[in-house]
Formats: sequence, C-alpha cells, structure tokens
Amino acid sequence: MTDFLLELRSEEIPARMQAKAREDLARLFSAELAKAGIATSDIVTYATPRRLALIARDLPIETAAVSEEVKGPKTSAPPQALEGFLRKTGLTREQLVDRGGTFFAVTEKPGRATADVLAEAIPAIVRAFPWPKSMRWGDASASTESLRWVRPLQGIVALLGETIVPFEIAGIASGAATLGHRFHHPYQITIGGAHDYVEKLRACHVIVDQDERATLIRDHAREAAMQAGLELIEDEGLVAENDGLTEWPIPLLGRFDPAFLDVPPEVIQLTARVNQKYFVCRSADGTLANAFVCTANIAAHDGGAKIVEGNRKVLAARLSDAKFFYDTDLKVPLAEQAEKLEKIVFHEKLGTVADKVDRVAKLACWLVEEGIVTSAPLSFRGGAGGGASPHSLTSVSAGGPHPNPSPEGEGLADLAERAARLAKADLVTGMVGEFPELQGLMGGYYAAAQGEHPAVAAAIRDHYKPVGQGDDVPTDPVTVAVSLADKLDTLVAFFAINEPPTGSKDPFALRRAALGIIRLVATNDIRAGVRSVIEAALGRLSRDAVKATLHPDEQYWADDWYNASLTPYPYQLLDNGEPFRMQENGGRSYYAQELSAVIKYVVAFQQHTLERAGDVFAFLTERMKVQQRDAGVRHDLIDAVFALGGEDDLVRLLARVHALQAFVTTEDGKNLLAGYKRAANILKKEAPASSPAKAGAQGPGGDETWEGAGLDPRLRGGTEGEGVHNPLSYTPEPAEAALQSALDSAEPRATAAIAAEDFAAAMAALASLRAPIDAFFDSVIVNDPDPAKRSARLALLERIRAAVHNVADFSKIEG
Amino acid sequence: MRDRNAPLASRTPIRQSPRVTQPLKKPLSFQRMILTLHDYWSEHGCLILQPYDMEMGAGTFHTATTLRALGPKPWNAAFVQPCRRPTDGRYGENPNRLQHYYQYQVILKPSPANLQELYLGSLAAIGIDMLKHDIRFVEDDWESPTLGAWGLGWEVWCDGMEVTQFTYFQQMGGFDMKPVAGELTYGLERLAMYIQDKDSVYDLAFNDAGVTYGEVFLENEQEMSKWNFEVADTDSLFDQFRKHVAECENSLSHKLPIPAYEQAIKASHIFNLLQARGVISVAERQAYMGRVRDLAKGACAAWMDKHGWAA
Repeated sequence: MTDFLLELRSEEIPARMQAKAREDLARLFSAELAKAGIATSDIVTYATPRRLALIARDLPIETAAVSEEVKGPKTSAPPQALEGFLRKTGLTREQLVDRGGTFFAVTEKPGRATADVLAEAIPAIVRAFPWPKSMRWGDASASTESLRWVRPLQGIVALLGETIVPFEIAGIASGAATLGHRFHHPYQITIGGAHDYVEKLRACHVIVDQDERATLIRDHAREAAMQAGLELIEDEGLVAENDGLTEWPIPLLGRFDPAFLDVPPEVIQLTARVNQKYFVCRSADGTLANAFVCTANIAAHDGGAKIVEGNRKVLAARLSDAKFFYDTDLKVPLAEQAEKLEKIVFHEKLGTVADKVDRVAKLACWLVEEGIVTSAPLSFRGGAGGGASPHSLTSVSAGGPHPNPSPEGEGLADLAERAARLAKADLVTGMVGEFPELQGLMGGYYAAAQGEHPAVAAAIRDHYKPVGQGDDVPTDPVTVAVSLADKLDTLVAFFAINEPPTGSKDPFALRRAALGIIRLVATNDIRAGVRSVIEAALGRLSRDAVKATLHPDEQYWADDWYNASLTPYPYQLLDNGEPFRMQENGGRSYYAQELSAVIKYVVAFQQHTLERAGDVFAFLTERMKVQQRDAGVRHDLIDAVFALGGEDDLVRLLARVHALQAFVTTEDGKNLLAGYKRAANILKKEAPASSPAKAGAQGPGGDETWEGAGLDPRLRGGTEGEGVHNPLSYTPEPAEAALQSALDSAEPRATAAIAAEDFAAAMAALASLRAPIDAFFDSVIVNDPDPAKRSARLALLERIRAAVHNVADFSKIEG
Repeated sequence: MRDRNAPLASRTPIRQSPRVTQPLKKPLSFQRMILTLHDYWSEHGCLILQPYDMEMGAGTFHTATTLRALGPKPWNAAFVQPCRRPTDGRYGENPNRLQHYYQYQVILKPSPANLQELYLGSLAAIGIDMLKHDIRFVEDDWESPTLGAWGLGWEVWCDGMEVTQFTYFQQMGGFDMKPVAGELTYGLERLAMYIQDKDSVYDLAFNDAGVTYGEVFLENEQEMSKWNFEVADTDSLFDQFRKHVAECENSLSHKLPIPAYEQAIKASHIFNLLQARGVISVAERQAYMGRVRDLAKGACAAWMDKHGWAA
C-alpha cells in the first residue's frame, strides 16, 4: 500500500470554480482507477488559486490479476457462429474452453503496476476535465486541438510513494518540483511525497488546505474587527471568495471617511462586497461602522499599512460614485422616474414595464376593494379554529368587521395603488443601474426621503419579497397588496401568452412567483377563492391575447364594445332581434356583422380567461404540493387533502393539510384511519358488484361512481348535515344500533367543526367511531341475505366514509 | 518563429531582477512611467508602436491588436493608445473619470509561457514593491461585442485597485485564435495615481518639472464633455454613421480590409457619441452595435481571406 500525490499547478483559477474542481478531480480519479480495478477509499483534494491537488492514500502497488470470461456459441452451433466468435475474440479454436457444450473464451489479465495505471489515467483526466470555461494558450494553440485548461497549466507533481509517476501532458512533464507563494517564495521546491506536501508548501507560504484558509480568514477578520471595538458582519460567501483568491490570507482592517455613512448601509455593504470583496463591520450600537476588512495575499513587510491605505482609496472612489448616484437620484421624484418605464420593454408580447405597473396598480387596488387584502390585524381574521364563518371572504368583503380600513385613516386602496405605481420606478435610477440587486430597497429609500407615506415606502421596498425560501414574508397590508398583485400579474401574464415553465426551464421565474403568492396568502391568512382572483388578474391580459388573434376590423369593434359595453353578453342582443337590424348597446349602434365580431371576441375572451385561469390554478396548487412536500409533509397526506378538489381557498387547504399531519400520528388518528379502512374496504368489496342501484345504471367511472351515485338515494337521504337518519324497516342488531347512534352523535359535531375550520376537532369526533365500528364488524354481517339489511348496513358505512371525506380523502393515506 | 521568442526566453527570470527588491526612491512621473514601460517591453522583444491616429474606445481596437492578432504569424508589440469614451466624461469634476485617457497595450502572439512573470516584471520596473503591495489576479473574462472577440483572463488588482486587464484572446472577429495571443492593458492614469499616491488624476505629475496632468488635460475634459453631451450635432452624427457604414462596405467590396476596418472604427466612435447625446433608445442600441460588429467582423474576415488563412 502506498500514497499518491497529484498537483496540477496553473495560473490563477477563478475562485468560484475551485470547489467544483476538487469534486470533479476526486470523482474522475476514482472512476479512472476503478476502470483498472483499483478501489480508492481515502481521497483528499485541495485547491488554491494556483493549484489543484489530490492525495489518494493506501493504493496497492499493483492491480490484481483478473481472468475474464466471454461466453461463446454452443459447440453444436453452425460453424459460422464459431468463426464469428473467434474473429471477435482474436483467439483460435484450440484456445477456447468447452464447458458443458458451450465455448468460452478465457483471457488472463495479469496485474498492472499502479504507476502505469496512473500514468495513463492522469492525462486522460486532465484532457477531459469539465471546467465551466476553458482556454487554449501558447505555442501549441496554433492548433485548435491543443489542450484546454481553465488557465495555462504550468506544472505537474505526480508522486506514488516517493517515486515520480512519469507522463507528459501538452509538453509538461510530471515531476516532484513545484513553486511556493508567488511573492514570498517564487522558487522551486521539491516535494518528497504525499506525506510532506502540505507542510513543505506551508514552509513556503502556501496554505494548501482551503478549509484551513477559510478558518484563518473567518477568525482573523473577526479578531481584526474586535480589536477595533467592532463586530464583523459575517459573510460566508466572502470567506469562500477570499479563500479562493489567496494562498496566504491576511485579513486587514481599514477605515473609510464617516461622511459616506450618509449613503444607505446596504449600498455601502454591497459596494464593499461585490466590487472589492471586503467585509464590513457593525458598531456597538448595531449601526454600520466606517470600517472594512480586506484580505491580503501577503504578509507585507510593513505590516500591511500600504495595502490598507491603497484599499481605502479604492473604496473611497467607489463610495463617492455611490454617493453621487444616491444624491442625484434623490433629486428626481419617483413619479417622474416612473414615466421612463414606458421605454423599457417588459416582454415583447406583454408591452412595457409601464404597462405592467398599470396592471399591478389596478390589481392591488382591486385586491383591497374586494376585501381580499385588509388592514385588520391577523388575530381578528377568521382563521382555522378561530370560530369565524367558513365563508369569511364574503363577510370580510362587506367591510363589517373592519370599520377602520387603514391605520392612518387614508384609504388602503389608494395607498396600495400609489405604492404599486411607484414600485418599479427605481429601475431607472442610477443606483439600481449600478447595483440591480438593490431594486426595491432604493425605491423605498427614495420614497421615504421624498415624503411618501411610510406604508408606501415600505411597500416599494419590500414588494419583491418573499424572494428565496428563507426570505421574510411581508405582513404590512399595503406591501401585501402590491407584492401579491405584482406576483399574480407576472404569473398570469406569462400564462396568458402561453409561456408557462416547461421542465427545468423557467426563464421568467414563475415557480418563484407562485411560491411567493402561496407564502403571502398563508402567512397573511388571506381568505379568497383563488380562482376568481386569478380570473380578475387575467382580465385585460386575456383581452389583449384574444384581440391579437382577431382581424384588424374585428379588433376595432371589439375595442369599441369593450369601451362602451353595458352587458357582457352581446349574443343576447342577436337572439332578441332581427339579424340585420341595428342593435343598441350603451347608446351605440351595431350592425349584425359588427356584432358578430364582438360576439366572437367576447366568447373567445371568456373561454381564454377560464382556460388560462384553470392552468394557473393547477400550476399554483402543484407548487403548493411541492412546497408542502419540501416542508416535510407526507406526500400521501397532501394527496388526501388535494384529492378533495373544488377547494380554492388556499388557507383552508393548508389548514387541512396541517391538521391532518398533526392528527394522523396520534392515537385518535390511528383509530380514525383504522375505522375508516374497515368501512371503506367492505364498501369496495361488497358494494360495486351487487349494489341494486348499480345493476341498473353502471356509470362510466367504474368503482368510483358507486360512492355517490350508485347507492339507493332513499338510503342516503337525510344523512347529510342534520345527522338524523331514516328509520329502518327491521330491528337493528345492538352493535349496529350502537354504531348508528355513535354516528348520529359524531357526525353533527364533525360537521360543525369543519364549518368552524377546526379540522382536528372534526377528526377527533370521527375517531370516536373506532370502537363501535370494530364491534359492528365483530358481530354484524354486512352481506346479509336480506337486501334491505344489506343496503342499510352499506349505507351506514357509506355515511362514515362520506363524513371522513369531508375532511380529507383517507383512501389516499398509507398505513 | 523561433527568433521572436529568443529575447523572451534568454532573459533571467524577472523576479530575480534587482528591481524587485530595490524600489525606486522617487515615484515616476506620468511620462517617465510610459518611457519605462517602453524600455521594458522593448528589451523583451516588443516593437514599440505609436498610437493609432483615430478615435477609439480601447487599445484593443488598434490594428496592431485586432488585425495582427489574427493568423499564424508571431507578433509582439507595445504602444500607448488614447481612448475616448464620451459617456465617461464628467466635465473635469470627477477625480477618477475621464472621457479621454490612455491605455498602455502589450500584445504577444503566441502568448509566452512566462507572460505573468513578464507582466509582474513590468510592475517592478515602474516601482511597485510586491512584498509591500498586494497583487492579485481576479477572474475577469473579457468580451467585446463590437469586435466579435472574447478571451479569458483576469483583472489585476494592486491593493484592491484594478490596474491591468490581462487576457488570453480566444476569438477575434468571430475567428478562433491560432495561436492564442496574450494582451495586457494597463490603465496608465490609475497606475500613475497609485504610484504617485494622488487622489485626483488632475494632480498627477506629468513630468519631473512640475507640470500636472490637469494643466495638460483639464480644459480638454471640460470642453469635450460639454460637446459630447450637449453640443455635438446629432443629425450630422447620424449622417456620418451612415456614411462610414457605406464606406466600409465599399472598401470591403474592393477587398481592402484595412480601410474597411478604419471605417468600422469610425462608425463605432460615432455610435458612442450618439449614445452620449442620449438619442439612441435601448431598443435601437442593440441594432447599432450589431451593425458595427458586422462591419468589424467583415473587415477581419477580409483580412483572413486576403492572407489565405483558414478560419
């Protein structure tokens, strides 16, 4: 057993590519060696800006001999088959082995020296290395076939034990020599083997282990801040980046002119991070300090004084640029900036950003006017378990429970519209032009400074949220209205022009928009039929999409109709009158020909809206399923709730999922599931084949149709809602009667609980049926020869199943 | 092909040169810095060329870079190129931004194996002590949509300031480089501000006799900024753009790549002026750039064709 060391030394490898390169090197190395029959279990990889290294421990000196067998034709096969096999294997008839009437070609492969395997494997790995971007260089690049590497490859160390593994790649011969730090030790050093590689380099000012460098950067940056009486603002992205830019990292703290602190702290932090890769610090009071920490790649002879001074100057120049943008932007009212959005194309089929802003503003306003987004505190809303009406949407929209629509008495709808109209204006400011990541945030600063209502400024700032998985979800009503409207518009707009995400392609980030909508709705307990909201959001988009398919003459009349229309049903006019007489609508007259254009348009419009709304809704619920699965909810529970269909109140849908998740593992939950399964199983087994109703009217849906339609309606009668049920024509057995009365008591409790959206209580009520169900099955025969008894008992079980299905489709639940 | 490499290869490694350890006492003036770079690259086998006598946005547009980078012939040259970027003008009020400034450009084809060392040697030559200053090669891939060119390389940082663009050209005018050329572009004013420890470009010592950069160029910046942004007659500019495009096509039809290329450069500069005047909309911008790119690519293709070099 021996160790192998490989170092591929090159000009500076981009920091962002180093981690992936280490993974790729280990993976390709294992794969190449596995091909030769060498297992690799202990591989360590390192990356610095100038080297990519690998150490594989405990490799065998040589590979084991292997004997390979290839099965050939039967000895009885025609001679052509044998000839073919001999050609293929390159053997003679005498060299084949006859085993039980079949020829076998047996080749003995002797073991190979591991060094030989490596000498072939490494060049193969280097030639096939999957750099995200690679290049050619030097004399050899006269041919486009020359070696490609991330940057020019300069040297190779390849040592098995202490012996050089000899090979050559593009004129570079492997050896034992490498170079130390570019400035501290720009001379050759000779490596003995895997055992002294790390330490020899350390002696020459190279810390080859990226994790060690990361720790150094993290600790020393923190320490530098602490010594200045400050707290470092941690940033792992910056640690990784500086790690990839240094072989001998030395964090150094510097100060910048406090006058720059007038600029928003986010701008300073971003400038320092993105342009200069500096950390920033916090003062004791939590505000941003006028300090930065840069990471040098040398231990400077003067302790870094010159380096800090140089970096301070560069940062000052950057910050004065930022300050210039900030001061300039502040002078232009956002409303004036917003006018420039007319010049920015949002999407060729969806018009300009100004068009989008207009749609979002109207939608945000509508969401408030309809009472979908309200200014009421969360605790006043009808929510799961809150005891409010199940149709809280209608009660909220009446405005009753919320007499004061906004904290400052200003109309919430007006604020939402104002915020929406200004929300995208910062896209044309100098600062956002320079730092696109600051969109929203800068608009918020400018709005506040220009005297907009605080809620408007906050909405402009936060309306892109939530962006990522861990991002905060807005709760301020103005922000919620704008954020929701913005995301809804994006989502429905791209569906309207038939650009939904496909497979891994989601160029307009619609999945993110959908997730944002779901999280906004869930966090703010927004009670609404999502389908109707989607239809409202589609409105003008559908109209434009449909209009684009019409002839210009038809477009004219369609527009005319839309602008003047009193009734949305132009075909009623046709039905009532002579086809060639002029018709009146909203004070305008139409000839039949024109009217038919209008009808064509209106019908297409309605169809388009319904169709696309269905698509959007399906997409949204699909995202919700994925979101719940990602959050750790069992997929069968999600299916059980979503199988209910028809539910388009996302909050209630989620409440069911969460209640079910919590309930199903409890003792009650197990009881309910067990009871349900017994009832459902026998229904499945008994009912479909011999149901009297079914015999006459076999529906196309097979088994499924039985559940509702197949059963004798008289037997089902009265089971829904009021909990009273038909008297029987026979005397029920005790267990039967007991189950019936248990159900009579549990059902109304469950129904009431569902109405109150207390799904846990509903399930608990139904779980009480477990014992009576068990007793029922122990002593009562469902499949009684008397059809009346049989029907009645099946109906009883059906009642149980139906009651359970009011919560969720338990047949989807596993276990 | 060997002769060209001889002076490069025969030199002792730069880092052992005494200049590294003995920093210059007095910082170099702007003109002395240029002369030092000329001297350094001349010693390393480069032709010392003069600036191209036309307005251009970057030294890369000099035919000594674009056209000479194409084809198999070795080529080593260094030169100063004045660059014009009308939109970067600040009326002489910003200490770091100019609409007219200088680049020092070195082009070496094929790229020598010790290009990084040669480059660091030039920094040492102009007085940068690399054990006191933090020199870093930070990923920055270069692309010129107008030239149909791209390459991989770095921006070189000195104490956090970008002082040089270091690029291995991979394509020029849409053609693969055979062989690859290395290009170094030094920002002369930045480098001088750094060496002389000045906060404003206008305070730079232009020579050793007390003349500042501001005395030479401040008026130029003020007037040119006003003209670029406010005065230049846009009808005339649009007209000139069309004429240069037509003249480029005319030259191409006569198989004259160099005149065609010059017309493409002129069109490119007129486009930059139109941008500064704010009369080109976002949507039109792409179309104009595409037009210039087609011209430049056409000139490069004609150049390849004339020399009988295969793509």
